[in-house]
Amino acid sequence: MKLELKIIISGFGGQGILSLGKIIARAAIKEKLHAAYMPSYGAEMRGGTANCKIIVSSGEIASPYINRPDVLIALNQPSLDKFKTKLKEESAVFINTSLIDKEYNLAAKKTFSFPFSQIAKDLGMEKAANIIVLGKLLKEIEFVKKETVIASIKEYFSGKGGIITRNLKAFREGQNL
Amino acid sequence: MKTKKKLKVHSYFSNKPVLMTGNDAVGEAAIKSGCRFYAGYPITPQNELTAYMSRRMRDVGGVFIQAESELAAINMVFGASSTGTRAMTSSSSPGISLKQEGISYIAGCELPAVIVNAQRGGPGLGNIGPSQSDYFQATKGGGHGDYHLIVLAPTSVEEAFTFTVLGFDLADYYRNPVMILSDAIIGQMAEGIVFKKPRREYPKKKKAWALTGARGRPQNIIRSLYLGERVLEKHNLKLQEKYHLIEKKEVRFRQCVPENAGLLVVAYGSMYRLAKDIAAGLNNSRKRVGLFCPLTLWPFPYRALEKAAKGIKNILVVEMSYGQMLEDVRLALGKDVSISFFGRAGGEVPEGEEIIDYILKKKLL
Repeated sequence: MKLELKIIISGFGGQGILSLGKIIARAAIKEKLHAAYMPSYGAEMRGGTANCKIIVSSGEIASPYINRPDVLIALNQPSLDKFKTKLKEESAVFINTSLIDKEYNLAAKKTFSFPFSQIAKDLGMEKAANIIVLGKLLKEIEFVKKETVIASIKEYFSGKGGIITRNLKAFREGQNL
Repeated sequence: MKTKKKLKVHSYFSNKPVLMTGNDAVGEAAIKSGCRFYAGYPITPQNELTAYMSRRMRDVGGVFIQAESELAAINMVFGASSTGTRAMTSSSSPGISLKQEGISYIAGCELPAVIVNAQRGGPGLGNIGPSQSDYFQATKGGGHGDYHLIVLAPTSVEEAFTFTVLGFDLADYYRNPVMILSDAIIGQMAEGIVFKKPRREYPKKKKAWALTGARGRPQNIIRSLYLGERVLEKHNLKLQEKYHLIEKKEVRFRQCVPENAGLLVVAYGSMYRLAKDIAAGLNNSRKRVGLFCPLTLWPFPYRALEKAAKGIKNILVVEMSYGQMLEDVRLALGKDVSISFFGRAGGEVPEGEEIIDYILKKKLL
């Protein structure tokens, strides 16, 4: 079966937007899928908005740019405002209600609204909201195996102190949402 | 006492794909190709490459220099290459403009070197968005004098790797500078890449011309200054002979032209990837869309394009510029063929949908 998933992840610099994108792309490659990862780069990354686009596909990927995403992960208000016009009816949208107003009118039918930042804060790991979203994303759309994502998280955070355990905990938290 | 450092060059053979950006892939290719001198000056969107070289050169015992300017960097490459060392520099559009004098000297001295341009928006300092507006500069000169660079334009991270390996071989074989013309898209995007050992098409030649100390042999002289009657002309004719040989032997392209194609889209580098999306998006039309992608921008595949376009009613050139490669397409196809153009520049990337709209509105298919 052909798999093609176009994901846009967006938030402000420091929310681990690019890290989340790389973890997803690495997981896809581990399962011998094609993956293209395109970050926003440069000045906008410091305190401003950051976003990245990931395409995961069982076939060859043409352009790494995404016009209409299958998945939008919006971690702050400007992100949702920026990308909501690009949504289609079948798009799945993950909304961080800690930083986004409750009232939104989207073309997409599937929305998963949780206060991801608050949940992360309550767990004592403010920066892991991105991994909680990853847990939830994978629960809703299992485009790669859970074990592969866990391996990808471990690989990504290896050599970065004791944060593997914390991120795995965040991942489990997201899976339980 | 000096201890010999153990060199860390990853094995060529590995079936495990790694996620890598185009910039990093160029760097790893250079290391694996035996490049042992890199000088560069920071500029977005190619900074990852400079950073990568700063780490990897140390692993393999090569020289990494963050130069004080782009001019210094290209002239350091000029010097390193004179000694027979494989040498590389990289930059992005405004920085490449600064390097042009050095590039002309390197070409005049017939020295091998690899120069990477991850293009950004121009003119002037422009912005850091992707662009293909340095086509003229790369293929038609840039610096002064009758010289050519061999210009390779990768369309993927994997090609950023293989073309850099090829670039070092071509540079040595022809004693000519090679440019890897990528852009912010190819440089910044990450894809899975497997390090396959490239086929060595070019036998390694001993660099008998290199400046290695003249003890026990006549001295070598490397220069681009030729005074005296007709001496420079003779040197130029020798260069021209080399360029003709390269034009004959090194043309590379990719094409996918279905039998009933009604439209041929010509694009290179990252825009070829977009062209593939366009062709797929128009797959349901009665007529099909063909694709043609030059991989060497100099030498440009004039004859191959002429052949590919034969019998196709409409041609569309897509570039992130206002029509630079378009001129070479016109040269290849002549005045009687209808050529349309879609271009955006200034750091903006065209969207597949707007090009499809353009094609349908202009009834190109």
